[in-house]
Amino acid sequence: MTWTLGDTYVVIIGAMSASACALLGNYLVLRKMSLMGDAISHAVLPGLVAAFLITNSRGVGAMFVGAVIVGLITAVFTQAISKFGRVEEGAAMGVVFTILFAGGLIMIRQQADHVDLDPQCVLFGNIETFYSDALIGTIPQAGVNLAVVLLLDALFVMLLYKQLKITTFDPGLATSVGIRADIMHYALMIMVALTAVASFEAVGSILVIAMLIVPAVAAHLLTDRLPVMILLSVTIACIAALAARVYNVYAPGVFGSGIQADTSAVMAVATGILLVGAIILAPERGLLSQALQRIRLALRIVQEDILGLLYRQSESRRTGSPTSEAEALLGNAVRGLVARWAVYRLRARRLVKVDHTGSGQVALALTDKGEARAARLVRSHRLWESYLAQHSDLPLDHLHMPAERVEHYISPEMVDRIREDLPEVDLDPHGREIPPPDAES
Amino acid sequence: MIRHVWALAGVLASTAAAMALAIIVVDEETRQILTLREYNTRIVVLGTTLLGAAAGLIGTFMYLRKRAMIGDALSHATLPGIAIAFLFVGDKQIGPMLLGAAISGVIGVLAVIGLRSIPRIKEDAAIGIVLSVFFGIGLMFVKIAQQTHTGNQAGLDRFIYGTTAGMIKQDAQWIGATALIVLLGVIFLFKEFRLICFDQQFASSQGRSVLLIDLLMMAMVVLTTVVGLQAVGLILVVALLIIPAAAARFWTDDLTLMTLLAGAFGSISGFAGAIVSARFVNLPTGAVIVLAAGCVFAFSMLLAPHRGMTGTLLRRVGLSRRIGYQNVLRALCEMEEEFGEGIRVGRTSLLEMRSWTGSTLNRLIRRAVRRGDAIAGPDNRVGLTRSGRIEAQRVLRNHRLWELYLIRHADVAPSHVDRDADLVEHVLPPETIRELEHALAETTQIPPSPHAQGAVP
Repeated sequence: MTWTLGDTYVVIIGAMSASACALLGNYLVLRKMSLMGDAISHAVLPGLVAAFLITNSRGVGAMFVGAVIVGLITAVFTQAISKFGRVEEGAAMGVVFTILFAGGLIMIRQQADHVDLDPQCVLFGNIETFYSDALIGTIPQAGVNLAVVLLLDALFVMLLYKQLKITTFDPGLATSVGIRADIMHYALMIMVALTAVASFEAVGSILVIAMLIVPAVAAHLLTDRLPVMILLSVTIACIAALAARVYNVYAPGVFGSGIQADTSAVMAVATGILLVGAIILAPERGLLSQALQRIRLALRIVQEDILGLLYRQSESRRTGSPTSEAEALLGNAVRGLVARWAVYRLRARRLVKVDHTGSGQVALALTDKGEARAARLVRSHRLWESYLAQHSDLPLDHLHMPAERVEHYISPEMVDRIREDLPEVDLDPHGREIPPPDAES
Repeated sequence: MIRHVWALAGVLASTAAAMALAIIVVDEETRQILTLREYNTRIVVLGTTLLGAAAGLIGTFMYLRKRAMIGDALSHATLPGIAIAFLFVGDKQIGPMLLGAAISGVIGVLAVIGLRSIPRIKEDAAIGIVLSVFFGIGLMFVKIAQQTHTGNQAGLDRFIYGTTAGMIKQDAQWIGATALIVLLGVIFLFKEFRLICFDQQFASSQGRSVLLIDLLMMAMVVLTTVVGLQAVGLILVVALLIIPAAAARFWTDDLTLMTLLAGAFGSISGFAGAIVSARFVNLPTGAVIVLAAGCVFAFSMLLAPHRGMTGTLLRRVGLSRRIGYQNVLRALCEMEEEFGEGIRVGRTSLLEMRSWTGSTLNRLIRRAVRRGDAIAGPDNRVGLTRSGRIEAQRVLRNHRLWELYLIRHADVAPSHVDRDADLVEHVLPPETIRELEHALAETTQIPPSPHAQGAVP
C-alpha cells in the first residue's frame, strides 16, 4: 500500500470534522455536559430524516435546519423534564435522546423507499467515499459543508470567547455582568447539532461523540489554561485523523492480513490511545510524573533518615549514653538496594563519608556539611515532639512516630515558630538535647 | 403492602381492560397478533415483555443511584465483545456472543469507574469516552469480522439496531432466565439496594460491603443489557433501563411501589412494542418499544397526581389561591387593629396595602364574602365577619411570630422581615407555630407589629 492523494484528502476531511468537534467539546467537557454531545448527536437523526422527507432531497440547508431544530428540542426538553418533572439531568437526557433516536429509526425504516439515508451511514459515517471523490478530482459537497461548519465553530469560539468562558466557569458572575448563561447554553447546543450533522458523513454519529469529548479531556489533563487547552484539543484531533489513515494505509500491509477498518473507527480508537497517553504522561497530573514524585520523595526520606540515624549514633557516642537502637536500625537501614542508592547519593552530595576501620569493616560517618543538615533534621524532629508533648494528650511513647513523619516536611519558618512557642525548652520529652539552630547558614 | 397490591392490581387491570377493548375493536389481522395465535408472535411478545420487566426492576435502582447513563456506556461497550465472539465462532450460536458482550461490557463499566477516579475527568466525560472509544474498537472488529466471514453481517446488525424477527425460543429462554434472576435478586437484596440508594454511608457503617452490593447490582444490569441487545439494539437498550423507572418515579415516593411500577411499565412497553411492530411492516421493534415507553413516560409526567406536572400545577394553583385569600383577610385584620374592630374598609385603601391588581382584589373579596368570612356593604366597603376574623387573626399571628423570630434569632433587619414572613406565614405547620411561641415565650395573643412606631424588637 502506498500513500495517495486520496489518502491526504481523507486525512484533511477527518481532521476538519475532528477539529470542529474538538473546538466545541472543550466547553462541553468543562461544563460537565459531555453527555449532551452524546444525546444531540443521536437525537438529530429524526431531524435529518424529516428534512429529507419534506424537501425530498439531500439539500444541505434543510438538513442543517432540521438538525438545529431537533438539537434545540433535545436541549429544551431535557431542561424541561429535569426542571418540571424533577428528573435528574442525566436521566432526562437519556429519556429524550433515546425517544428521538427511536423515532428517527422508525421514520427511516418506514420511508426506506423514499429516503436515501442509510442508518448505517449516519451511525458510522463513510469517510472512504471522499477517497474515491478525490480520485475523480471533484470536491465533495460534504467536504465543503465541513469546511463551512469548521469556520463557523472557530468564529463562535473566538468571537464569543469571553462569554463562553465566563458562563462556563462562573454562571452567577455571568448573570451579574449581563451575559445570559442560558442563551450561551442554547447557542452551544445549536453549534453542536450543526457540527454533528456536518461530521456525520465523515465520522458518523457515535464517533462524533469521541471527537467531542476525548480530545478535550486529554487536553484538559495537559494544561490549566483555556486557550492552550483549545489548541491542544484541536492538535490531538488532527493527530488522531492522521494516525488513523496512516494505520489504515500501512498497518494491514504490515500485518499481512489485508484487512482494513473504517478510518473513522480507527480515529476514535486513536483519540482513546492519545487520551491514555495523556493520562500516563501528562506533566504534573500524569500517573507517571506522580509516581516519579512519590519515588523522589521516598528516596529523599530514606536519605534524611540515614542522616538522622548517623547523627543520633554519634550523639550517643559523644554523650556516653547507652547506644540506642539507632545503631541496630542503621545496620538495617543501609542494606537493600534503595538504601545503597541513598548512601551513594549522600556520598555524592558530600554529606556522608566512609571510614574504613581496621577489620575491613566500613563505617559511615557524617561530614561537616552532613552534620549540619542532620542537626537541622533532628532539631525539627525533637522540637515537634516537644510541641506535641506540650499541646496534645499523646503519651510519651507515641510522640516519635508523628515527628518521624513531620521532620521531612516541616519548613524552617515552622521550626522557628515552634521555637518561639517553646522558648525555654532545651531537651526533648525523652531528655535528649535539641540541637541548636543552624550552624550551616 | 395492601396499598402496593392495589396499585399493581390497578395497573394490571387497566392494561387488561385496554387489551380486551383493543381485541374487540381491531381488525382481524391485529386480533390474530393480539391473541398470540402464532408461535413466533408468542415467543417475541413473551421475550420483550419479560425483558421490559427485568429492565424496569433493576433500572429503578440505577435511576435512584443517579447511574442511569452508565447503562449507555455499558451497552455501547458490548460491541467489541460481540464482534470478537463473532470473529471466532460466527453467528450460529448466541451463547458465546452474549458472553463476549458481557465481558467487554463489564470492562467498559470498570473503565468508567477507573477514568472517573482521575482528578480532571468527571463522570459524564468518562461515560462519553468509554461509550465512543469502545464503540470505535467494536467497529474495527466488526469490519474485520465482515471481511473474514464473508456475507452474513445481519448477525451483527441485529445487536446494534435490535430485531425481534429472528428471535427464537432459545433467546426468549435467555431473557426469561435473566428476568427470573433479576426478580429474585431484587427481592432478596431489596433492603441492601434500598440502603445504598439512599444512604451509602449508613450502609457501610452497618458493616455491609457497598462494593459487593454495587457489584451484584451492576451484574444484573449487565445481564439485562446483554440479553436485551438483540431485542432493542445496543443504542436503545439504555432507554429500557431509564424510562420505565423515571416514569414510575412520578407516581410515588415509596421504593417498593416504584420498583413494581417500573417493572410493570417496562413490561407494558415491551408488550405493546412487540405487538405493534408485529402488526405493521417495516417497524423496528426496539424503536417501537422505546416509543411505547416514551408514551408511558409522557403520560406519567403529565398526569401522575403525585409528582406529575398536572398534580404539581393544581397544588400550586390551590396554594396561591389560599395565599391570596389569606392576604385579604390579613389586610382587613390589620385595618381593624388600627381603626378598631368592625371597621369597614374601602377598596382603594385595601388596594394600597399590597401590590395586587384591582381585579384580583375584587375576585378575592367576592370569594371571602361567598364563604362568609367578609361582608361587603352597599357602599362597596368591606369588613370581617366573626369567622373571618378568627382566620385572619390566625394568619396575622403566624406572620408576626415569624417576623419576630427572624429579627431575634436570624439577625434579619426589621425592615426586611415583612417579605420573608409573607412567604412563610401561609405554610407554617402547627408544630412550628408552637415552637415559635416557645422560642419567643409569647402568649397566644397576636404580637405587635415590629413595624409599628416605637416597636422595639
